[in-house]
Amino acid sequence: MTNPILTILNLTKRFGGNAAVSSINLDVMRKETMAIIGPNGAGKTTFYNMVSGRMQPSEGSITLDGKDITGLPPHKISKLGISRSFQINNIFPEMTVQENVEVVLSAYHGHSRKLFNIASRNTGIQQEAVELLKRLGVDSLKDRRAEVISYGDKRLLEIAMVLATRPKLVLLDEPTAGMTPEETRRTTKLIKSLADSGDYTFLITEHDMDVVFDLADRILVMHRGEKLFAGTPAEVKSHPEVRRAYLGEEEDEMTEETGA
Amino acid sequence: MSGIGSALLNSLDIGLLLFIIAVGLNIVFGVLNIINFAHGALYMLGAYLAFTLINIVGMPFWAALLLAPLGVAILAVLIDRFLLRHIYSRDIADSLLLTFALLLIINESVRMIWGSGIQVVQPPQLLAGSMDIMGSSIPTYSLFVIVMGLALLAGLWFLFNRTRIGRIMRAAALDRDMAEVLCINTRLVVTGVFAFGAWLAAVGGVIAAPMRALDPGMGDKIIIESFIVVVIGGLGSFPGALLGAIILGLIHGVGGRYFPEVNMLLPFLGMALVLLFKPNGIMGKGAAA
Amino acid sequence: MKIKILWALLALVIVGLIAVPWITSYFYIFIFTEILILGLFAASFNLIFGYTGMLSFGHAAFFGIGSYAMALVLIHLEWPFVVGLLLSMGVSALLALIIGFFCVRLNEVYFAMLTLAFGMMVFAIAYQWRSVTNGSDGLAGFSLGSFGLGFDLTLANPAVYYHVVLAIVVIASAVLYLVCRSSFGMILRAIRQNPERVSFAGLNVRTYRLVAFVIAGSFAGLAGGLMAPFLRVASPELLHWSMSAEPILMAILGGTGYFLGPFVGSAVFVLLETWITSFTESWMLVLGIILALMVIFFRKGLLGTVLDWWMEIKK
Repeated sequence: MTNPILTILNLTKRFGGNAAVSSINLDVMRKETMAIIGPNGAGKTTFYNMVSGRMQPSEGSITLDGKDITGLPPHKISKLGISRSFQINNIFPEMTVQENVEVVLSAYHGHSRKLFNIASRNTGIQQEAVELLKRLGVDSLKDRRAEVISYGDKRLLEIAMVLATRPKLVLLDEPTAGMTPEETRRTTKLIKSLADSGDYTFLITEHDMDVVFDLADRILVMHRGEKLFAGTPAEVKSHPEVRRAYLGEEEDEMTEETGA
Repeated sequence: MSGIGSALLNSLDIGLLLFIIAVGLNIVFGVLNIINFAHGALYMLGAYLAFTLINIVGMPFWAALLLAPLGVAILAVLIDRFLLRHIYSRDIADSLLLTFALLLIINESVRMIWGSGIQVVQPPQLLAGSMDIMGSSIPTYSLFVIVMGLALLAGLWFLFNRTRIGRIMRAAALDRDMAEVLCINTRLVVTGVFAFGAWLAAVGGVIAAPMRALDPGMGDKIIIESFIVVVIGGLGSFPGALLGAIILGLIHGVGGRYFPEVNMLLPFLGMALVLLFKPNGIMGKGAAA
Repeated sequence: MKIKILWALLALVIVGLIAVPWITSYFYIFIFTEILILGLFAASFNLIFGYTGMLSFGHAAFFGIGSYAMALVLIHLEWPFVVGLLLSMGVSALLALIIGFFCVRLNEVYFAMLTLAFGMMVFAIAYQWRSVTNGSDGLAGFSLGSFGLGFDLTLANPAVYYHVVLAIVVIASAVLYLVCRSSFGMILRAIRQNPERVSFAGLNVRTYRLVAFVIAGSFAGLAGGLMAPFLRVASPELLHWSMSAEPILMAILGGTGYFLGPFVGSAVFVLLETWITSFTESWMLVLGIILALMVIFFRKGLLGTVLDWWMEIKK
């Protein structure tokens, strides 16, 4: 019986009088892929922000591998093994694709403290960067300036940067948002292979239900800042409240799409 | 009047004047997200324009109080239309650089037009001399400054909280894109706010003119003071600007009287102290990098 | 290949600079000395502005304190020149640590205001602390003694001093360049583009900014230490915000995107200033206009525009 890698107790975030997230209790198991779904405004990103250190919780605690990380700043949480991607691309626009990954690798390996090496001769980091880009399928773009590559490729670059810190827990915030169907298929396959490799635990927020049911071991359904339900995809599909509050809307949308 | 009493009155005087000037800086920042480094230069321009209108053209003080700030506001509109509009969509650093360039240009222009020497503006007859209040003699002009400061404070509060224009400005401050969606002509708001900030600075300049001698360095002194006010009080906070101004006024009034040797340093020390404990300023938010 | 051409050009320029005393008059020796010193000052500023993205309006505080440190050493202690320079660097590094501690925690706007305010605070101290700094008159009347390190040089000779400055500026710039090209430098560039991303990669951005600020401050202090004997006086003007404006303008003029941009900017600035002040006193006005035009239309600067074009053609 494995213990959970992430334990969240009574996590709450209030802005003024409103609770964007209230009283979330959750265990995330090692190496599982958990998807978080919920309509816009359900609090998914706020939830991520608290787990990754971007925001301070108003109440509650977050424990990573037995260590209390509640309220720690992002750089400390990153060092403890959580890495996240962002909904809006968060890369270094003026650097090349390869350099983008090199920056994160440099930070991870502690090279960033070196004041007198020549960064461009750091072959170890360069090789590792290229390998990561290969894994994500974007190594052909490695010398392109990051801001000019396609949106989908930027998202893949972002995932490469996320993996560069060899995290235990990966938070992906809508990884396939804005992608073409082909890119979505590619990315989903990629995340699946990464998840199957057993090296990471994944938390993924997504709107695309196909992706969710393809990847998720378990699904957390959020609604208006609260945890509505957490369970396997089958359990979620058949849960009446979930169907009513969320999937019902989604199903209508999906039938509309396929019907058209 | 007793020593501490006159020091306090002096503080109120200075404080309210500083408020008039600093609040313009704050408003421009709140809505446009830029710090106008030339704000002090516009204050100075207001004072010098008043000087010209009063001493050379021969207008009464009240006419200058009306016209000089208007002139500066018009200049601000031109600055916005021809210069600032290029860089609004860019990095904040570019706005800071451009307003800094304006500071240099306006400073030097004032020096070229009016000379490096000191100029003096006399207060109007009505406000000259002193009045007897509670058995003490108080310069009438000091009372005038206090009254004007309070009037502007009330007027600004009313503007922001009770008028449509004020609501528009606050909306634009919170979310420029959203304001555009609501069909508010943000271009007009931007120009208007910038001109309004300049107008306030110039009003401060005209009011300050009879109190202090005019010299081409007065803009520099006041911009640093304004920065200190805004840092102490908190950038973007209206009550913060008032609080910061009063505190700085106290530092000058009380400090100037009782600690004259370190008088120049006290404002900076006060600022550093506030920053140690409240990096956002006493009432500000979101200053952290 | 293109890079090699650029290095060759740089080597040529340095050879030319070495030859200056033998091919020009005293006047130009003074001009080039000033260009080199201010170029180093501007390059140190660009470490925090062009590379790390922090716009400081108070960089002259470190430059000025370096000058005062050198002047005080020469007046009161009569130590060798090199020791004076080390002290200049040390004192300015310390000041940068103190001021930086307050300022790097805050966002760009606050940072700009605060660096201006703190810079002027240092100016106020120098202006009023007559007993140490001689107030507005400044410190003068010091003579250059020995160079130190066993070199016997007549530092009072402008040509000799010029070569000393050239050597020191070249060495200092090389060190600064190494820092910029290092992994640390790469992180600084990343911080300018996306500080949040850097913190999510596991780094405390504040610490990196502070280290950059201190390094920049110490090199500005070094430049200041070179400036005092050159001007023969250390005065409060060197601490005023108008002095802080100079490296800003030079960096923008030359280009903030390339290491040598500030040096090009310094050359253009000094030459322009020399020319313009010969027929008008309103140099600040011209400065302001040039800065405004550069920021609006020519943001990449002279060297920046040229090098960007050079790197793009015939790829």
